[in-house]
Amino acid sequence: MLKLKGLTKRYATGDLALNNIDLEVPSGQVLALIGPSGAGKSTLIRCVNRLVEPTSGTIELDSKDISNARGGRLRQARRQIGMIFQNYALVERLSVMENVLSGRLAYVGFWRSYFRKFPESDIKQAFELLERVGLETMLDKRGDALSGGQKQRVGIARALMQNPKLLLVDEPTASLDPKTSRQIMRLICELCQEQNLATIINIHDVALAQQFVHRVVGLRAGEIVYDGAPDGLSPEILTTIYGEEDWSVDKRDDEEETSKPKEQDVEAALLGGHP
Amino acid sequence: MPIKIVNDTPIWQRREPLQQRLIWFGYFLALMLFLLCWKIISDNTIWEFLSDAHIQAASLIGRMIPPDWSITGSLLLPLWDTLNIATVGTALGVLIAFPLAFLAARNTSPHPSLRAFALAIIVSSRSINALIWAILLVTIVGPGLLAGMIAIALRSIGFVGKLLYEAIEEIHPTPVEAVSSTGAGRMQVLAYSVLPQIMPAFAGITVYRWDINIRESTVLGLVGAGGIGLQMNAAINNLAWGQVATVFVLIFATVIFSEWVSAKVRHAVI
Repeated sequence: MLKLKGLTKRYATGDLALNNIDLEVPSGQVLALIGPSGAGKSTLIRCVNRLVEPTSGTIELDSKDISNARGGRLRQARRQIGMIFQNYALVERLSVMENVLSGRLAYVGFWRSYFRKFPESDIKQAFELLERVGLETMLDKRGDALSGGQKQRVGIARALMQNPKLLLVDEPTASLDPKTSRQIMRLICELCQEQNLATIINIHDVALAQQFVHRVVGLRAGEIVYDGAPDGLSPEILTTIYGEEDWSVDKRDDEEETSKPKEQDVEAALLGGHP
Repeated sequence: MPIKIVNDTPIWQRREPLQQRLIWFGYFLALMLFLLCWKIISDNTIWEFLSDAHIQAASLIGRMIPPDWSITGSLLLPLWDTLNIATVGTALGVLIAFPLAFLAARNTSPHPSLRAFALAIIVSSRSINALIWAILLVTIVGPGLLAGMIAIALRSIGFVGKLLYEAIEEIHPTPVEAVSSTGAGRMQVLAYSVLPQIMPAFAGITVYRWDINIRESTVLGLVGAGGIGLQMNAAINNLAWGQVATVFVLIFATVIFSEWVSAKVRHAVI
């Protein structure tokens, strides 16, 4: 589905954010991208939909190279790539419905979208998605009237309105409480399964990632240092990704988590939040 | 941040001693300059005129009271003209300033040369007072309402354009990223992510400028650009202070009214 070859990004300041990344993500796979702050996680997913221009390398979406696409062709490519943001990135003064419908902008003309005359099928899809994310009663509320978890649900619905083939998710839970974080992660992963999407999730919370995803890629200083199953993240590997640290506390919490009832989960997630 | 160790205790000061002394010296120079200016102004003032200023003021106010209400009827049409100059002028100015602001804002400008062009228009419009615009326009399009309207519009372009492009540059960039990443076109990105964010500022700036324009258009009549200023000028020339007072009261009432409208609009949009 998505194939990155030799992807490199050097910022104008001279910082090498990504160094020759090769990565392939098939449809239906949920991939967690972990790594310390500044490792290049955000740069990587922003290069995929070209919010950041890569310095070199190719990005293939459905075997089509989009690394040099411009204008209409770039918009055509972006239409197939949904994106979910850490700070939700809703337009706060627009209603929930308008925010969700903005996922269809690439499918309608300017004046139709300006006067909010979206096709009936789009409206129908928006209702279905809002019901799926549990916001069917909120559609008239303004973006700034929602809680963090609700805003992120709107963000998810907006991304899925695009009928994407690939979903890019940037720290979806970093601003949310532990319980909401789990609900949001579960929702994203379920929807990806239902719609058979390739998905890349940037995430700091290793324990949370391990619980939900199929595959983990560890990034350090712009290079892939781990690519494998979530269970394979041993203390040694975490040390290669994040640097020296006593990971044993984390491990004990994980064990408690599996043996204790649900209230404990929240606490364990909190402790394991930033290894 | 200089830190000295005295008897094992760290002493922290905000600035280096020399830097601190230079700053005090700067304040001292500013004070000297102020006193010098004070002396020059004082030397050039004819203090004899000031000795009976309170008597003059009392006499002028005495001649203004009571206002001459008999001319109120003849002032209503010029007052209506004044309101029209302000309103049409503001509308025209905003119409031109709105697209200009998008060209001038760093984050929405399509090209640096267009940005320079828009900024040049905004600066030149702002650097000339509405009254001066009116003097120029009266000679070009002749005396009357039209000159006043265009004068107000020309002055408003710069004001509204500047404040609006600053508002555009201050928007949150993430919603713009989000809407761009859906594959939306350039105009759609502006309409869905930039426009909603600047709407409160836009409404606020527009009514604020309209409010200023009502006050400015009351004096445009002085140079023949229409409105109540003409009647005020005539009354002053005839030393008919009672009539002048009536004009003041009417202008005051109009400004209060515009204040009320502005408050309503701002409240409605935010």
